[in-house]
Amino acid sequence: MGMKSDKKLIVKGKRLDGRKADEMRPIKITAGVLKNADGSCELQFGETKIVAAVYGPKKVLPRRYEEANRAFLKVNYFMAAFSTSDRCRPGPNRRSTEISTVIKSALAPAIFLEKYPQTEITVHLAVTNANAGTRTSAINAATVALIDAGIEMRDMVTSIAAGKVEDQVILDLAQDEDNFGQADLPIAIMPRTDEIVLTQMDGDMTAAEVKQSYDMCIKACHEIAKIQRAAIVKKYGNEGGKENE
Amino acid sequence: MTTEKIHVKDREIVIPGDVLAEGMSYIPSGHAMRDDEKVIATSLGLTSIKGHVVKVIPLAGRYIPRRGDAVIGKITGSAKFGWTVNIRCPFDADLPIAEASNSYLDTRRYPMSKFYVSGDFVFANVLDVSEKKYVRLSVKDRPYRKLHEGIVIEVSPTKIPRIIGKQGSMIKMLKEGSGCDILVGQNGLVWIKNENPEKQMLMVNAIKKIESESHKSGLTEKIQTLLKGGKK
Amino acid sequence: MNSQEDTNLRNYLAKLLKKDIREDNRKSFDYRDIKVETGILSQANGSARVRFGNTEVLVGVKLGLGQPYPDTPDKGMMMVNGELSPMASEDFEFGPPSPQSIEMSRVIDRAIRESGTIDVAKLCIEPGEKAWMVFIDVYPMDDDGNLIDAGLIGAIAALKTAKMPAYDAKTGLVDHRTLTNNKIPLAEEPILCTFGKMDGELFVDPTHREEKVMDCRLSIGLNKKGNICAMQKGGEGSFTKDEILDLIKKAQGLSKDLRKHFK
Repeated sequence: MGMKSDKKLIVKGKRLDGRKADEMRPIKITAGVLKNADGSCELQFGETKIVAAVYGPKKVLPRRYEEANRAFLKVNYFMAAFSTSDRCRPGPNRRSTEISTVIKSALAPAIFLEKYPQTEITVHLAVTNANAGTRTSAINAATVALIDAGIEMRDMVTSIAAGKVEDQVILDLAQDEDNFGQADLPIAIMPRTDEIVLTQMDGDMTAAEVKQSYDMCIKACHEIAKIQRAAIVKKYGNEGGKENE
Repeated sequence: MTTEKIHVKDREIVIPGDVLAEGMSYIPSGHAMRDDEKVIATSLGLTSIKGHVVKVIPLAGRYIPRRGDAVIGKITGSAKFGWTVNIRCPFDADLPIAEASNSYLDTRRYPMSKFYVSGDFVFANVLDVSEKKYVRLSVKDRPYRKLHEGIVIEVSPTKIPRIIGKQGSMIKMLKEGSGCDILVGQNGLVWIKNENPEKQMLMVNAIKKIESESHKSGLTEKIQTLLKGGKK
Repeated sequence: MNSQEDTNLRNYLAKLLKKDIREDNRKSFDYRDIKVETGILSQANGSARVRFGNTEVLVGVKLGLGQPYPDTPDKGMMMVNGELSPMASEDFEFGPPSPQSIEMSRVIDRAIRESGTIDVAKLCIEPGEKAWMVFIDVYPMDDDGNLIDAGLIGAIAALKTAKMPAYDAKTGLVDHRTLTNNKIPLAEEPILCTFGKMDGELFVDPTHREEKVMDCRLSIGLNKKGNICAMQKGGEGSFTKDEILDLIKKAQGLSKDLRKHFK
């Protein structure tokens, strides 16, 4: 962020990819894409692609991570070497460790960890193609995978980022807007109550701009939640209806 | 005052956070909870509405042991009290010496491995599940016992009711149609035994088919055809 | 392999094999249903997603610049990296690559390198100074056995459909965000066939359950001519010479159908 762009990012109210200020990229979500994982999801947000796999609840290994009263939630966010413009070296790094921690703090409030004492729930989040918004997309995918795994939760967790570009607050930054913008503000909420479970911010914004960002994001999260829900219903929809023989 | 309102019908798919009903007259059951005056679903499930009881039956998830369940487990090791058993759930299951057989096991004279070794399969009863989620099993009384030979396959625990069928009708058809010995564990493990491996395979395919097509109509006929050796 | 479950499972599977049947109704030398999709990721220069039954592998190809190795100053480079993430199966542990994971990427690397798949002579930009480096990264997503063969098909499919990034001779830099229509120069297209052995019975394309109880495995790599370009035996059992020669013949027969999956 903060790099200088040689072209304008917003022209006559339209962004580089034709979107309006408060428009987000198209989202496509498929639940239950993997056979081994207890729950899984493939999510595409613009060009960003994530595969989420959930295992659990299961025994904790190594045992020293076991918690007496609740499940140990492990989040493994990682980027495939080929997911970025410049290939990134495989293996954990400080950024992926930080993002794993932040995602864990967003998901934990929504999961009934107390119902699974002395167990582990692992959420793997693989970024297979990165074009900004990887952490928010990962959270959305994680939620669908957790639901697909049948894990008890208070609510879904839905996430999106807002930012500031050429002094305008916009929703869902794409790669260039992320690189050349003035601020980046990802949030995650539990949509039933609008409780905020993730909030980060980088850059320079007035308090009014922050409020505008929150309002824009929360509204968008409710739209995303519908799509998350639809993905689950699409996979399981057959189970409902009249009882079959 | 909240108006009493129900938002879902019977046999509807719900996900965590869905508001199922409003008002104190509605009672949450299964994977549902009360939050203020609302009844909320707490997992992916199917609604079951009986009067004012709003129940959510889970559609996915690992096996959570309950007292009285019949399960199939694999012995994983021995300890002073007896043996540890893997019943494909997140919690440890124990088989105490006193519950391991209906005859006396002289564990002072003989090593533990005389009775059970790691890898042995058992058909066991869940005696109880403590607060801390310790599960105690028993293999003492019929039909519970150590299992010899046979193969074990794993299916989703949520499909076990379908494999058993209404009053055991499906499992009966599977047994008669294949000539195999079959034991079904509530924990999603199914034990199949027959001299002829092709019959075992037929059974495995039939069970996998029930698992993947449990929601489709005409399943009973399809399974009957499969067992008779017809096309899948 | 010392638990009762494994013995019973092994006996059952071996008895079926003696009748030329597998658990999933295949014959001993049938591959599972194979699906290959390419060009699915925009950041990767080439990509492929491969399904062998329930096994799924994602492969990406990226090109970058590097200094040629001192003993081959006029040739480009290649590297295969395979990550066995615990995402694909509960059997995998976290941490540094297990011997199994190293084996997968090394076998795929050997098949590609020793067959001369990538025409590295054409990847040199400035002898001794600058050449293209081709990175092939294999990510298993769902492990139901035989990641090796699935990974290799993904690698070749990704290499064949990859587009090279733009190189500016003036600045000497790669613009990763601009793709040309140039393909990676390829001189070969190897195939890998992995066989298992259980209680004297041989079979191809093992599933996860079969891998758990089989005695050993043999991966055979063949080039376009049908000659052997790579071999790797894994596991603690053994093969006879006749068995290996028989498997080479089988691999030669199977490779024709496998090649149809390269678009």
